Amino acid sequence: MSRYEAVIGLEVHVELKTETKLFCGCSTEFGQAPNTQVCPVCLGLPGSTGVLNKKVVELAARAGLALNCKIGAYTWFDRKNYYYPDLPKGFQISQVFRPIAYQGYLDIEVDGRDKRINITRAHIEEDPGKLVHSSGSIMTSSSSFVDYNRSGMPLIEIVSEPELRSGAEAKAYLEKLKAILEYTGVSDVKMEQGSLRCDANVSVRPAGTAALGTKTEIKNMNSFRAVQRAIEYEVDRQIDVLEDGDRVVQETRAWDENKGITMSMRSKENPDYRCFIEQEVSPIELSDEWIEDLRVTIPELPDARRKRLVAEHGLPAYDAGVITSSLSLAEFFDATLEKFPDAKKISNWIMGELLRLLNARGMELGESKITPAGLASLLKLIEKGSISNKIGKEVFEAMFQEGKEPAQIVKEKGLSQISDEGQLTQIIAEVIDKNPKSVADFQSGKEQAIGFLVGQVMKATRGQANPGVVNAMLREKLAE
Amino acid sequence: MTVSEKDVEQLAFFSRLDLTAEDKAAYTKSLNTILDYLAMLKELDTGAVEPAAHVLPVKNVFREDSLRQGLERELALANAPEVEEGAFVVPRIV
Amino acid sequence: MRLHTLPVHRLGELMERKEFSSEELVRNYLEHISRVEDEIKALVTVTEEAALAQARAVDEKRARGEEISPLAGIPMAITDNICTEGVKTTCASRMLYNFVPPYDADAAARLKRAGAVLMGKCSMDEFSIGPAEEKSGFFSARNPFAPEAAPGGPSGGAAAVAAGEAAFTLGSDTAGSLRRPAAFCGVIGFKPTYGRVSRYGLISYASSLDQIGPFTRDMTDLALVLNIICGRDAKDSTSAAVAVPDFNKSLINDVKGLKIGLPKEYLAGAEPGVAARVREAAGKLEELGAVCEEVSMPHTAYALPAHYIISSAEASSNLARYDGVRYGLRVDAGDVLGMFSKTRSRGFGEEVKTLIMLGTYVLGAANYNDYYVKALQARTLVRQDFDRAFEKFDCLITPASPAIAHRKGKETADPLAARLSKTCSVPVNLAGVPALSLPFGMVEGLPVGLQFITRHFGEEILLRVGYTLQQNTDQTRLKPGLAC
Repeated sequence: MSRYEAVIGLEVHVELKTETKLFCGCSTEFGQAPNTQVCPVCLGLPGSTGVLNKKVVELAARAGLALNCKIGAYTWFDRKNYYYPDLPKGFQISQVFRPIAYQGYLDIEVDGRDKRINITRAHIEEDPGKLVHSSGSIMTSSSSFVDYNRSGMPLIEIVSEPELRSGAEAKAYLEKLKAILEYTGVSDVKMEQGSLRCDANVSVRPAGTAALGTKTEIKNMNSFRAVQRAIEYEVDRQIDVLEDGDRVVQETRAWDENKGITMSMRSKENPDYRCFIEQEVSPIELSDEWIEDLRVTIPELPDARRKRLVAEHGLPAYDAGVITSSLSLAEFFDATLEKFPDAKKISNWIMGELLRLLNARGMELGESKITPAGLASLLKLIEKGSISNKIGKEVFEAMFQEGKEPAQIVKEKGLSQISDEGQLTQIIAEVIDKNPKSVADFQSGKEQAIGFLVGQVMKATRGQANPGVVNAMLREKLAE
Repeated sequence: MTVSEKDVEQLAFFSRLDLTAEDKAAYTKSLNTILDYLAMLKELDTGAVEPAAHVLPVKNVFREDSLRQGLERELALANAPEVEEGAFVVPRIV
Repeated sequence: MRLHTLPVHRLGELMERKEFSSEELVRNYLEHISRVEDEIKALVTVTEEAALAQARAVDEKRARGEEISPLAGIPMAITDNICTEGVKTTCASRMLYNFVPPYDADAAARLKRAGAVLMGKCSMDEFSIGPAEEKSGFFSARNPFAPEAAPGGPSGGAAAVAAGEAAFTLGSDTAGSLRRPAAFCGVIGFKPTYGRVSRYGLISYASSLDQIGPFTRDMTDLALVLNIICGRDAKDSTSAAVAVPDFNKSLINDVKGLKIGLPKEYLAGAEPGVAARVREAAGKLEELGAVCEEVSMPHTAYALPAHYIISSAEASSNLARYDGVRYGLRVDAGDVLGMFSKTRSRGFGEEVKTLIMLGTYVLGAANYNDYYVKALQARTLVRQDFDRAFEKFDCLITPASPAIAHRKGKETADPLAARLSKTCSVPVNLAGVPALSLPFGMVEGLPVGLQFITRHFGEEILLRVGYTLQQNTDQTRLKPGLAC
């Protein structure tokens, strides 16, 4: 047992799934040429004034409800003042004093233990632009470039209470958060496109004490795995500092993925953002009725869905957890189940082949060509005995890549299982001729010898024979 | 004196202004004159008075989430002091 | 014909009767501008060619018999903090010396659509905050009534109308910049209710206080211009979804039964000559059937410090965008911090810098409650003074400025002294209510302005009272002594 306890809080920025920016009608599409999605508002041109995107309010409130938050009946926007070249107005419009959602929670499970993590708040704010360094010559170039395409993109920042105690808990929290946001249609939650970004506040304290230690803020983590690793590194580093009798410095540190360490970025010069109410954007008043109408549109969330899969379909809790960790997977499961009513078999194929292929290729489910109807057809072919389980895996991979019907693949590749006794009689006779020792063993009572003979028939048919049929025919023949 | 030259130096930094020594003395003087005057607000009893948040009780002014033509890039960059490869150029940020 | 002294509605009638074309009118104005501008210094930019082209377009429309607005073909000018597409908009600051907006302010766009002809951009105080620094190539307008007297506040707009350089102009009002200069220059200035005119394209000084409004030569013109510029704008969140009346119908020559309050705190602080003119106007209105009574607005004295704090706070934030990255001045330096600081130090004038630092101070964590929150509370109290007064009165009458225009040099560069002369105007901005500044005679050869204030969106009553005074006295039309 460590003598120290880690205290971790996460600040997660999530880009909302809208067509247009927070205060102007510019597109939010990712990956366009620099400064092609800008207007006077998001460039902060003198005299420009923006108007709040209604969809943002709806999505932010949806996220709040899905995270069990209270929704502010009357909230507004504030200005956070600081200077940076990517911040076109010299202030960021955010909700400092009255967040749209507050006092929520989400439940995580780590090492079989359930834990509730409280959420302090979720508030709406605008993204700054992006600093780009000239191609490849970051060390030599004397300039940086500013692209304001991202400026004014709608974000919610979700702030957890400092109740996480390990990197693993942080990762579990992020996975659950991501699933919830995906389920509710709030965000695409693509970390690689920056639509989900996470900063971690980390401190350590002697186990059993209540006072908080000095914290550091960790940035620049580009995957959930990186968040876990960075936190684990940082916790160890802080413990080492304390063990050496030194003090942790309050600072911002950057995670270096390659070196696997955090490095000091800048000491926090006591930022004073001089926040005050934004006058150029209207406050938001949400009626109880509006909130309740929105609440009923929140779909079944991951936890409920997982419990349902266990209760209704008898899936193991682990399987159900994996399948419901992503909405697309859960929907894939349900759709397959409609056409092939064996939940456990479907789950085995999803947990086995599907996730194996997705992980191996680093793909999203939507990028593969497999469909629920396709998987259902495949499982029916196996059930009918038209193909073996083993051949099924081969067919699955072809479906995953090419998206063809399984029956067509079986036909094209000649993979159909041989159950025709006429065809098998000849092969069985040959196997008996070639393996007199095994035949004798079996006839003298060595039951396991039959397995070897079945195997030889399967080998001769390149796995296409139906093993049950082969077994029965062999026994019949040897009994003669 | 409400603010010292040291305070003014800090205010100038937060405001991204460079002040010469001469400037600093002059701004310290004028800021103190103003702050002395503003001190009269202290005598006003505002105990339970609600701070005025917004000018008019306007709320829920929204826009539909529909695309609007922005600026052509050329026009977006037209007023920029320095431009390269379709972007605004600033001294290198480390 | 001395066209440049005629009101808009007369010019419109004459063009309708084919006495002259818009092009002729615009040429006439351009000639007049070239005669007087050196002395008046009301225009920082003159858009001669575009103006002539616009005028010709209106003439063609008229020739085709198309329906045109009462402002069609009328020469106007717009203050240089209101964006005009393709025409330099500088806020009289070195910071924006070369800024060409790619868009029109909503109010400017409405006037253009109505066919009003843009003659140029009016000079102003830097960002409406402090005197334009002549060393940066900008200048302050002179008062056509006495070139040695300052026009008061940021306003080429008032001087241009008084001197006949434009038939009407558009300006903005954060602390009285439409009302005080109008009073000093003997023209009408009007600050609509906050939200009545879109602020889209008005370069922000203090967002919760700024409002666009016109300078005009008479009340009829005021109604014509308001009819065009007022109304909801989907681009500005603070623009009010309140129906706009036809202000021509508010030009009623009758004040019988109207209750008009005289706030004693406003009169107590005024120069005796000015106070006397206000009482005289009140007497005239009583004669015409209104009921005038004194009223107390006890928090008036706190309006100025509250306004000082709120405007500095908002300005410090609104002016943060001027960093040399996207537009305007840049002073190069090796790193971003240096570039920002050098650019801002050179780009802003002294008073602007003072105000920015003051705003930074009052918003600072250590001072926030003592200054900023306190000022917002005072703002509530000032507003409640108005609410109470309007329970009883239809409108209030006060001086537009406690003093007449200062002879040059008297309204000094001391920012505090300049602020102290705004006691009568800033409460209106804090409360967001509308106010009319109407000339009413002279003192020591310089014009005096009355201020009429009413409740939110109650502009019609102001037009009615102003029109009645205009029709029943000869005090509201003042002619500058200068050869304009």
